[in-house]
This record gives sequence, C-alpha cells and structure tokens, in this order.
Amino acid sequence: MERIPILRMGPFLLITIQVDMHDKLALQLQDDVTQRISEWGSYGVLIDISSLEIVDSFIGRMLANIAAMSRVLGAETVVVGMQPAVAITLVELGMSLPGVRTALNVESGMELLYGTLGVRPWGTGNDGNEA
Amino acid sequence: MARWALGLGEQAMTVMKREMFPLQTSSDIVLARQKVRQWALELRFSLVDQTKLVTAASELARNTLDYGHGGEMTMEIVNGTAKSGLKLTFTDRGPGIPDIEAALKDGFTTGAGMGLGLGGSKRLVNEFSIESEAGKGTKITVVRWK
Repeated sequence: MERIPILRMGPFLLITIQVDMHDKLALQLQDDVTQRISEWGSYGVLIDISSLEIVDSFIGRMLANIAAMSRVLGAETVVVGMQPAVAITLVELGMSLPGVRTALNVESGMELLYGTLGVRPWGTGNDGNEA
Repeated sequence: MARWALGLGEQAMTVMKREMFPLQTSSDIVLARQKVRQWALELRFSLVDQTKLVTAASELARNTLDYGHGGEMTMEIVNGTAKSGLKLTFTDRGPGIPDIEAALKDGFTTGAGMGLGLGGSKRLVNEFSIESEAGKGTKITVVRWK
C-alpha cells in the first residue's frame, strides 16, 4: 500500500509530503505518526509541505489532527515550507491552521523544535559527542 | 427548487471548450484538481489565481462525493464580454441542501468536515451559484475570470 515515509532524526520525526494527498493516504499518515511517536518516544514532528501545490480544508484538517494527536502524546508539531500562494488561499478559505505551529523552512522549523523542547541539536554541541 | 447566487446572471458567456469528469472516488478528486490546474495554466491564470481555483475545485469535488454521494464536474473555458474565465459545474443526484443560506455559513457542517467547503470556496471564485432540490440533487457553478 502507498505510504508517506516517516524519517527518524534523533528525537524528531521528519515527514515530507510530496504526493497529491487523497483521503486514505492522509488517514494512514495520522495512524503512522502516532504509532511512531509512541514507539520511538519522539518529542517533535516536522512536516514539510513545500511540494504541496494546494492545501484544502481536508489536508488542513489532517495537519491540525496530526498536531493535536502528537501533542496529546507529548510531541510538538511544526509545519514548514508552505508556498505563498497556498498561504493566501488557505486564509481566504477561512483556515489559518489554529493550533499548528509553522515555520518558513525546514531549518527554522528545526530551530523552533529545538528551542521549544530545550534539546540541543546534535552536531552543534561543544562536547563532541554523537547523540 | 432553491437557488442562491453571487453573480452568474444571464450575461452572455460563450463556451470555448468543455469537458466532463466523473466524481465517484477520492482519486477522482485528485484527477479533477489536476485537470483544473491544467486548464488554468492554459488560460494563463496567475499562480495565486490557479491555486485559488484548484482549491475551490477540490472543496466542491469533495462535497459532491461526501454529501452528494458522487456526481460529476463539468469544466468550461468561457468568454464573457471582455474577459475569459474558467467555469466549473458540480452536479450530484444526492439528497440536496435543505437550507442553502445556512450551508454557506463558515463552520456549518452536517458531516465530519470543518464546514469551510461551501463558504470558503465562494470566497475563492468570482461568481458562485447553488441550485438544490430536496431528494433530487445539487448543482454548484463557479466562475473565476482572468
């Protein structure tokens, strides 16, 4: 079955949505993310939507659901990379993604997660230890 | 039959091109979006306008599927008096919308959604009309001018 891959990066989950989402795929992703958080004890979820050409209320609801479910499981979610035309359309549609943290790109999204959780990014510490 | 319209009076519109697509499964919604994008590109809509139109199409196609139990979308490239545009018509033979005014309000839903589909897509297009009859079905027409 078709699935959106979830990468594990230290304490975080990294998801890049690159396909045109349909219902089953979205529901599968919600299941998979919550499963991974509980299995790996992840603190943060970063969802990159820079490849999405549209975000309609269905996908918006899926993002809000993932953020809410993750929060209940103790993980923060950041959605990054929204295209400007998508942002304009989404707000006009009446959806400003309340409850979902956003950042311009993957880098600032990661900083946000590290900042929120007070976890130091590995590789940038002075102790030279690999996480 | 109940009707609600914003624009879409009886002004002359010449149809330049027309195609119909079934909306029976959720992958039909994906296909419909791609087709609308393709035609919007053909008409050289700006990126923001393309995005608005495709998003509106996605919302309305989903409504056709979820509330109308499936139906079809008709795409037309139309010429108005001084401009061209893309006209989309979503037709189903579902239960109909008992109270159109209420259904257009943000947050109104009888299903599991957020209730943004109708009211939201109305804001993404230039002209919008709903015709609905209880037990017979619903027809939603939208136009975005270039």
